[in-house]
Amino acid sequence: MSVNVLMPALSPTMEKGNLSKWLKKEGDTIKSGDVLAEIETDKATMEVEAVDEGILAKIVVPAGSNDVPVNQLIAIIAAEGEDVSKVGTGSAPVAAAAAAAAAAPAAATLAPAAAAPVAAAHAPQTVSGSKVFASPLAKRIAKDGGLDLSRVTGSGPHGRIVERDVRAALAGGVSAPAPKASAAPVAAPAAAPAPAISDDQTRKLFTPGSFDEIPHDGMRKTIARRLTEARQTVPQFYLTMDCEIDALLKLREQINASAPKDKEGKVSWKVSVNDMVIKALALALVRVPDANVTWTETAMLKHHHADVGVAVALPGNGLITPIIRHADTVTLSGIALAMKDFAARAKSRKLKPEEYQGGTTAVSNLGMFGIKDFTAVINPPHSTILAVGAGEQRPVVKNGALAIATVMSVTLSCDHRAVDGALGAELIAAIKVLIENPMSLLV
Amino acid sequence: MSDAVYDVLIIGGGPGGYVSAIRSAQLGFKTALVEREHLGGICLNWGCIPTKALLRSAEIYHYATHAKDYGLTLNGSMSVNVADVVKRSRGVSQQLNGGVAFLMKKNKVDVIWGEAKITKVGEVSVGKSTKPVVEPQNPIPKGVLGEGVYKAKHIIVATGARPRVLPGIEPDKNLIWTYFEAMVPKTMPKSLIVMGSGAIGIEFASFYRTMGADVTVVEVMNQILPVEDAEIAALARKSFEKQGIKILSGAKVLGVKKGVDSVTATIQDEKGATTEITADLLISAVGVVGNIENLGLEALGVKTDRGCVVTDGLGHTNIAGIYAIGDVAGPPMLAHKAEHEGVICIEGIKGLHVHPMDKLKIPGCTYCHPQVASVGLTEAKAKEQGYTTKVGRFSFIGNGKAIALGEPEGMVKTVFDAKTGKLLGAHMIGAEVTELIQGYVVAMTLETTEEDLMHTVFPHPTLSEMMHESVLDAYGRVIHA
Repeated sequence: MSVNVLMPALSPTMEKGNLSKWLKKEGDTIKSGDVLAEIETDKATMEVEAVDEGILAKIVVPAGSNDVPVNQLIAIIAAEGEDVSKVGTGSAPVAAAAAAAAAAPAAATLAPAAAAPVAAAHAPQTVSGSKVFASPLAKRIAKDGGLDLSRVTGSGPHGRIVERDVRAALAGGVSAPAPKASAAPVAAPAAAPAPAISDDQTRKLFTPGSFDEIPHDGMRKTIARRLTEARQTVPQFYLTMDCEIDALLKLREQINASAPKDKEGKVSWKVSVNDMVIKALALALVRVPDANVTWTETAMLKHHHADVGVAVALPGNGLITPIIRHADTVTLSGIALAMKDFAARAKSRKLKPEEYQGGTTAVSNLGMFGIKDFTAVINPPHSTILAVGAGEQRPVVKNGALAIATVMSVTLSCDHRAVDGALGAELIAAIKVLIENPMSLLV
Repeated sequence: MSDAVYDVLIIGGGPGGYVSAIRSAQLGFKTALVEREHLGGICLNWGCIPTKALLRSAEIYHYATHAKDYGLTLNGSMSVNVADVVKRSRGVSQQLNGGVAFLMKKNKVDVIWGEAKITKVGEVSVGKSTKPVVEPQNPIPKGVLGEGVYKAKHIIVATGARPRVLPGIEPDKNLIWTYFEAMVPKTMPKSLIVMGSGAIGIEFASFYRTMGADVTVVEVMNQILPVEDAEIAALARKSFEKQGIKILSGAKVLGVKKGVDSVTATIQDEKGATTEITADLLISAVGVVGNIENLGLEALGVKTDRGCVVTDGLGHTNIAGIYAIGDVAGPPMLAHKAEHEGVICIEGIKGLHVHPMDKLKIPGCTYCHPQVASVGLTEAKAKEQGYTTKVGRFSFIGNGKAIALGEPEGMVKTVFDAKTGKLLGAHMIGAEVTELIQGYVVAMTLETTEEDLMHTVFPHPTLSEMMHESVLDAYGRVIHA
């Protein structure tokens, strides 16, 4: 009996993924645990392991296929001794595949290599495409409001979409149907809200041949969607403060000079200014707990710990924000080690979803590029993000006299629904106090 | 001082407290429960449960005195033996009280006997109880811990509520009763005044009237059962009046003069005119207030509002590490609300996926005759909130099972949002409706629309068919009316 291999859901929010590479060919013998394929999700590349044994009879979705819906049939594994030629005769890749999946609802045949969160366990449902779990009322309100439920994340039991999710999505304008006057294809699987002008119109603004087209990868689409949503739905305001960091730089030098060395004389960790800013932000949130919150439509989630996301730039273009959990309780060396690991794995796109989803705030640092001051876009569910500029020597006035100090400007973006002006000011003041009195980062 | 640090310590062993304790233990927390008087709280010892036992006696008495309606003749006399009716009710409480003690033991919850005070975040001092033990029915359970200082990472206040007292009409255990005295009458009063027509007042009015007393209910609002749908409350009133209960609504008890073995209440009606009514006694049932005193809450700066602790829907107070659930955390003051709130609080502490309770999905039941049960918005409230409604009604007279039972009085009313088909509320009066309402609560929790309810098969012949018919009626498709 052959087994259908379905596109797995590698994270609770994953709806589609790109099948970037097959590591097995048709006809290969498959053992349980073998890596079959690599799948590129929103933000990471994940390996897909086989659960069943047999022979890879048919690759239904070829490598390089983009936007393959979760639960779509991607391959068929024939049992040992089964006539491979009789398996998966359909050659039309997608339509036939869906039918095959419908005809023989397979048991879960795939397990993501990384410990996949909840959704994967529930993933393979019956039929083609992605089955949406929603309450009858949620379905009706979504239908009346023209909302595509596949783009709504459910907050009910087992991720079921309930009324409040649909109301929130409609209020947030997640998918107001594209205005009819626009030439935009209405039914396009809008990763971002419908643009004002169509892609074709945009292309026509440039001379043909004067540009190359690079298709969006999952990460680019996610960045576009999430940050557009954030800008459109989160009322943001910005607070800037100058912090003197001479004491912090000195302390950092002492800390790094005393770092333990291994036999070859290599230091086991090195604390960066950014690590210290992460710690300062986390401790500031503990000192100003009212700002350590997440907005939801029904309630404010007041967090017990500060989970700080750190924006990591990827080679070329791209960005991911791994989270230092409970950063308020992690030591500076712990943060340094975690960041080193995160940065390395982020660059090879090997972070697991649970390592970059969630968080209560974030740090974005462009100081190394000489940027003096900038504002960063809040990445929900965070309520704040701290944009960190370069530390540079600047003239300052001290006791009525001109002096030189190393100054770093930081700008806090705040979600006004959750953090009001005075509270944001209190938070950034607490950050400044911690940065300028860096010994408190060690306590 | 004990060195042990509990993960969770709960103050108050009522339905909110003990259910939280069990859930806490299930999740692997080291759990303690402090109780000063009786496991199971008011609900089990002086409230929900013993009144149901009393009302059951009244119900059977009612059927017996109406035996000939069912073709039966009872030879010999039928009389109420008050002492035995009360004894049965106390026995029911006793059995369940022992059951809670067993559940604590089974779940390895430490029970600490005494009066708790939160001395600081993370620490509770337990002193001698100011409440006498209810011997011999509910002695202090074996194996409880005693007075001392206990540490806990999370402290949950679940101290419940007590009867509200109106100045000048203070209960005296003799002529002015609260539910405590009304639960254990030594003799059957010939006449009584019930002040307040909420669930507690109406249940006692119904009990004493069925047992033969002259009952006058005085209600400040223009409607009895003020939280219920106006149409249902009007039907209830009609039925009570038919049974001989006198009802004065829009009326206020200005004062009470106590005689040797009677009370005379001065009552002012809506227009300001006063009358005097004399009865054997008066039951004060004007609501309950939270037990927030002597817990150390004030010193810690825990926010309270109108006698209740302010919480955020997940049980958090404004002080980290201190939580409140149940009656003490505010209305509706119902045992099932307390239990559910406690579970949400504990699961939140554990970090599970929780949402604040939707108070519109908490059903309410009143066990008078006829019974009243409801969930969600009344028709008036729905309109007030701007909904365009579709309202369905179905009367018991159109239901085969109701006729066969000899219970042709009652109604099932449903209120839908015309726009979305959302079931906004359901309101019922009649036999067994307290057991029926849960069907609608499940429907609302699962967010069904009228369509799913219409597609649901209801068994025949049952009273539940009226729930189907009411939905059909809201959309002009009723069958048996």
